[in-house]
Amino acid sequence: MRMTTDDEALARAAAGGDRDAFAALLARHYDRLFAFAFRLIGQRAEAEDLTQDICLALPAKLASFRGEARFTTWLYRVAVNAAHDRRRRVASHAKAADGWGDWEIARRAADAETQEAVGWLEQAMSRLKPDLRETAVLILAEELTQAEAARVLGISEGTVAWRMSEVKKALRALAEEER
Amino acid sequence: MTDDLETLRAALKAADPAPDPERKAATVSAAMAAFDAEKSAIPQGSPALVRPSHSRPLGARLIDGGISMFHAMTSRAGLAATTGLVTAGLAVLIILPQDAAFGPAPKPVLPEPVLEQEEAVEADEILLSDGPMGGAALEVAPMAEPAPAMETRAPMLAKRAAPAGQEGFAMSELAAAPPPMDMVAALPDAPDTEAFANEEASGVTAVADQPVSTFSVDVDTASWSVIRSSLMAGVLPGRDAVRIEEMVNYFPYDYPAPALGGAPFAPSVSLSPTPWNPDTQILQIALQGEMPAVSDRPPLNLVFLIDTSGSMQDANKLPLLKQSLRLMLGELRPEDQVAMVAYAGSAGEVLAPTPAGERATILAALDRLEAGGSTAGQAGLEQAYALAESMQEDGEVSRILLATDGDFNVGIHDPQALEEFIAARRESGAFLSVLGFGRGNLDDATMQALAQVGNGQAAYIDTIAEAQKVLVDQLTGQLFPIAQDVKIQVEFNPAEVAEYRLIGYETRALRREDFANDKVDAGEIGAGHQVTALYEVTPVGSPAVLNAPLRYQSAETADGGTGELAFLRIRYKAPGGSESRLIELPIPAEPSAASVETRFATAVAGFGELLRGSVHTGDWGYAEAADLANGARGADPFGYRAEAVRLMRLAGNLAN
Repeated sequence: MRMTTDDEALARAAAGGDRDAFAALLARHYDRLFAFAFRLIGQRAEAEDLTQDICLALPAKLASFRGEARFTTWLYRVAVNAAHDRRRRVASHAKAADGWGDWEIARRAADAETQEAVGWLEQAMSRLKPDLRETAVLILAEELTQAEAARVLGISEGTVAWRMSEVKKALRALAEEER
Repeated sequence: MTDDLETLRAALKAADPAPDPERKAATVSAAMAAFDAEKSAIPQGSPALVRPSHSRPLGARLIDGGISMFHAMTSRAGLAATTGLVTAGLAVLIILPQDAAFGPAPKPVLPEPVLEQEEAVEADEILLSDGPMGGAALEVAPMAEPAPAMETRAPMLAKRAAPAGQEGFAMSELAAAPPPMDMVAALPDAPDTEAFANEEASGVTAVADQPVSTFSVDVDTASWSVIRSSLMAGVLPGRDAVRIEEMVNYFPYDYPAPALGGAPFAPSVSLSPTPWNPDTQILQIALQGEMPAVSDRPPLNLVFLIDTSGSMQDANKLPLLKQSLRLMLGELRPEDQVAMVAYAGSAGEVLAPTPAGERATILAALDRLEAGGSTAGQAGLEQAYALAESMQEDGEVSRILLATDGDFNVGIHDPQALEEFIAARRESGAFLSVLGFGRGNLDDATMQALAQVGNGQAAYIDTIAEAQKVLVDQLTGQLFPIAQDVKIQVEFNPAEVAEYRLIGYETRALRREDFANDKVDAGEIGAGHQVTALYEVTPVGSPAVLNAPLRYQSAETADGGTGELAFLRIRYKAPGGSESRLIELPIPAEPSAASVETRFATAVAGFGELLRGSVHTGDWGYAEAADLANGARGADPFGYRAEAVRLMRLAGNLAN
């Protein structure tokens, strides 16, 4: 089923109080948001919680959606900010829980190949600092252009490029250790 | 080097677990609650602006929370049975001092999400503390465990999701749709308190069994707007929301005007091939109401009866209503009179009868309206009828315009009782029109019944453009009846017609004997109104005949009348009159090519059939409907037909 009404129109309608439009937006984007949250954090329960944070924040945030950006770009931005908030809150609570160090999916994966790949991903992601991690997820998994990622993160394109080269460096270091 | 990145890309892409459905349902439902809380905090009249602070009194916000919680917790029946209790509870809340230090102080809202982490923390606090209900509960709960609000909501969700098929609009289509969007989980919390009035589509009738078809005219247009609002939100409307006659009658047609000094409306008929079936024909019956010179119109007494219950505060309800009434005010004359009654927890006169010339007074009263409280519909109606009666002078037309989202919960529990109540009061001569606003708990069934019984029209206003159509462009028709209790009876000639099927008008069917009975109420026609009715008829000998002839009933046909397909009889009363007059017109059996107007009306009717999942249209689909309508757009000065074509295409996409 392809939805012809575009996200931007729905978002504007929802900002104006249209309940159905908001429900439709949630339905369209929940799965994508969850996948994004999961890639940022690497832990299912935490990702569910982050997705919840984002969804509950949306009604208030929607007022600031003015339609000059694509809705998805705007949504990534909301999500990244929510991830920051969350990390900060968790860090201030107790131990700095770092999701990618404790990945339950890895334990569940039955397929050996998947398990290997997952183990590698876990290692790789846990080596990246959070800002590199989110940049890598946006560019690689969500397939944003560097310009889009820059808009989402509120940094310059140059910084995005630099971060990606840092990601590359970290991966190379990991590869050399494995050798 | 890039290989490393490619490996990371592949691994990240592979890390795509499915979300937990229960968690998803709980989150979506909590987000909808947050949405309701957020929207209820938006001040009236400024839907497009960002207004972070709560400018509405605390009492009203508490009520909102109470109401949305209440809606979430009870079934419709339970709601009716126990609302009295809650009203009492809410009344206690209202008397709280409004400037007390309860609730969150106004906080700034971030114009755009920003990166800086210091600000980001504040942002988090803002979004979680906003709103009376879900937000508050979430703020205190540590994030590690589910918030209490969600715990209580989840089971309800499950409970209400179950009967969705029969009740909610668009539920059945969504459930049947392929899974990728997973709308099912998102929607149960959505418009589940809507009720639509509809009947089974009328089947094919054999002329030999029942040669006479009788129905009341209908000039309502609400169904079209409801369908549009569903489609624009990306979902197909529920079948019960589709009333084909209201879809067809939404559009203006170019029909011949009545001759001066004759009947107040002119009937015309045509017979043409059916687009979806080569073996049947479309019989179109059209009435065009006269358009009295606008300058001659009698003074008008208007009583706005405005629902200001808590559910009305969405941007597309009370704020839109205020804008609409402002538009309409420009169309009134100085000698017209306007009064206003608001009904919520208690009904009250907001504006004593005021000449329409005193715009400032009227606008000020309009601005004072604020949503809050539950609905005391009966008291409001009582008061509105009393006001209308007090304003009535000889030669004037009085009309009550009821604006509501249809929540008639308090006061009259039984729709039957409500109808009787209105039937008793319409004798006073005041007409009752119903304007529906908003979706979510639109009680279309009640609206429909009110307008039908109250000798008025029901229209549904979802955008300011629709308000313009109903209250400005077609105001005269809305307000000035030219004929009352208009009934149509068609007697088919068994020599020519084997079977017939009336498309739409299911809720308007009359018994044959009611046609000549002037005591039986029927629809009215306003100035300039148009009524279109379509029959799909199967000629004798056509391969499309469905009913095989009976063994014991003679198929003998009366002599004479050959060359006549049917005989049309129309009965109507002059406004305020008690004796009906009769118009008769033979319908020739010779089909002709369909006119532009017929083609467009047929395309809309076919569209309605498709939305209702009708079996009669065969392989003919949305694309064919859109093509037919597109080729019959005619002059279309207001762009209504172009919009229809767009919606047909949209529905086609959604249905695939």
